[in-house]
Amino acid sequence: MGNILNFDNFFIPVDTWIEVIVDWLVGNFRPQFQMIKWPVDVTLTGIDSFLNWVPPIIVLLVLVLFAWKFSGKAVAIFSLISFLLIGYMGLWSETMTTLAMVFSAVIFCIVVGVPLGIIASRSDGFAASIRPVLDTMQTTPAFVYLVPVVMLFSIGTVAGVIATIVFSMPPIIRLTNLGIRQVHPELIEAALAFGSTPRQVLLKVQVPLALPTIMAGLNQTIMLSLSMVVIAALIGAGGLGVPVFQGLNSLQVGLAGIGGISIVLMAMVLDRITQSLGELGKR
Amino acid sequence: MDERNTKVVVKNLYKIFGENPERAFKLFEEGKGKDTIYKETGLTVGVRDASFEVYEGEIFVVMGLSGSGKSTLVRMLNRLIEPTSGHVYLEDKDVAEMSKEELVRIRREKMSMVFQSFALMPHMTVLQNAAFGMEVAGKPEKERNERAMKALEQVGLEANANSYPKQLSGGMQQRVGLARGLAVDPTIILMDEAFSALDPLIRSEMQDELLKLQEASQRTIIFISHDLDEAMRIGDRIAMMEGGNIVQVGTPEEILKHPANDYVKAFFRGVDPTHVLYAGDIASNKFVTLVDHKGEGPRTALDQILRAERDYGYVLDRRKRFQGIVSIESLKNLIDSESEKQASLSEAFLDNVQAVTNSSSLQDALPHISAAAWPVPVVDENNVYQGAISKNIFLKTLHREDE
Repeated sequence: MGNILNFDNFFIPVDTWIEVIVDWLVGNFRPQFQMIKWPVDVTLTGIDSFLNWVPPIIVLLVLVLFAWKFSGKAVAIFSLISFLLIGYMGLWSETMTTLAMVFSAVIFCIVVGVPLGIIASRSDGFAASIRPVLDTMQTTPAFVYLVPVVMLFSIGTVAGVIATIVFSMPPIIRLTNLGIRQVHPELIEAALAFGSTPRQVLLKVQVPLALPTIMAGLNQTIMLSLSMVVIAALIGAGGLGVPVFQGLNSLQVGLAGIGGISIVLMAMVLDRITQSLGELGKR
Repeated sequence: MDERNTKVVVKNLYKIFGENPERAFKLFEEGKGKDTIYKETGLTVGVRDASFEVYEGEIFVVMGLSGSGKSTLVRMLNRLIEPTSGHVYLEDKDVAEMSKEELVRIRREKMSMVFQSFALMPHMTVLQNAAFGMEVAGKPEKERNERAMKALEQVGLEANANSYPKQLSGGMQQRVGLARGLAVDPTIILMDEAFSALDPLIRSEMQDELLKLQEASQRTIIFISHDLDEAMRIGDRIAMMEGGNIVQVGTPEEILKHPANDYVKAFFRGVDPTHVLYAGDIASNKFVTLVDHKGEGPRTALDQILRAERDYGYVLDRRKRFQGIVSIESLKNLIDSESEKQASLSEAFLDNVQAVTNSSSLQDALPHISAAAWPVPVVDENNVYQGAISKNIFLKTLHREDE
């Protein structure tokens, strides 16, 4: 007994196993992984060049109008001041890149996450089996992710966005699943009694009623992706993570500071706007 | 009863909940009951060997206590619950056997349903809710809105078409539920405890509404209820259910005269009705109620009582709380002695009026009922008026129980 509990006598080489697995993946499947990059690359480059091409005044205008429509005057004014400040601090272009990274990551999270959430809501087995995967995706420290991501996708902004997608997808899957499961069974019964097909039940009853919850998931996904895109600067991604990372390397506290402030302001603006999108769904 | 067209024929319908239901059938053959089967196999018998016919244009009430299988039974008619075995013939087609596609078509065209919990879509307006059946059937928007509006007119809710269900009272919500069921113009409407969630006054109002609609166009309605008064009031025929079995089918009159077993008897007559029944159970709301507000004076009150051919009126405040009783005589006296300013109704209140609560037993209520010249008002714990009990009603209750 004493022997078994002596940690010097027994050793499980999990680290070696992981290395073997990742090496094997890299050795055999790198082309396939590179293919995943392509749609992300196109989306990201498109949004990024667009946001950096439009004059800031247009971006500001759209942002303020959007905030005004969905969240009211206070949030609109706050958004305007925040983004003006970001611009005057000289980080406009970096902010647009980060925004583009967040948008692309979130688009892929929605496209992949909502259907997965819907499947999970209809199958207990699937829901149970993806749960540990989601836990892993969400809790693995960001830095641990980055190693295999670099090995599979090499470095750069696209690789950063892919790491962000993986990190920030769990909430939208979880909350889509939860939202659909929370729809009252009587409502589904009523929909069926009037001759709805399963697809109609989903599209006319379950998804619309789950929308506030799905929106809450979207809000969390956006917040998580914001924290990850900054860390992604470590593997060569652009955007607001760059000044923070440079400031860290050369101990320029001011540079890291303005990067940090811009991230916080942007997070608050995005949070307020998406939160009221969820409220809107509740009516 | 003369030969009528049968609309629905249910034959040997079973529902056993649990894995491998065949095990239950074996035990049925050995004569085992629901409880033994549950103990031995863990299977729950929902409905056992139900067979009955429903005629065209009648209101067929399935009546039983909770757990008697009546909700399961009605859900097997449109297959919200899959029958374990048996047949449900709707106009000669077996619902229990048909394909999913055909089932969807039948649900869209032939059967609609009204639910106890209303089950209205909270994200849709009243009009959209009423049009729901036609929406899933793919009817063009213009047509479905027209028909939904017509259905809403039938239940008196056309003014609320653009509200959301949350903004309506319970009674109004169930009118929407009813309109949704009517709008698809079904052959059969299934109503699962449709009025049970409503308070007694609204409930009888809805029952009247249903009878009125039924008079206008004869539909076949299968109505689930646990409330005897409701069953007697609206049912052309009643099926009594107990523990998953249908124990008797017949008109209310037939069942009253020849109850099939003790369970049915117990429904209709207690050992001593004055102990079993509460004042709230037999209170009638057919008496004149007057809501005390500024426009209401002795003359309008008198007019309402006379027109209803009654002798007394029950004065309530705006929240239906009981205030007092006025009689034709006391109102006339007040009008004669009236000075220039308008007299208030309370000046005509009779003395010595005492209300009983709906939870007092008939035993306790009896002295009040026999002593008062007027029907004794019944209130709930918040003094909200529930109805009144006249000597006549009381005697009828005793008679019914003793017969």
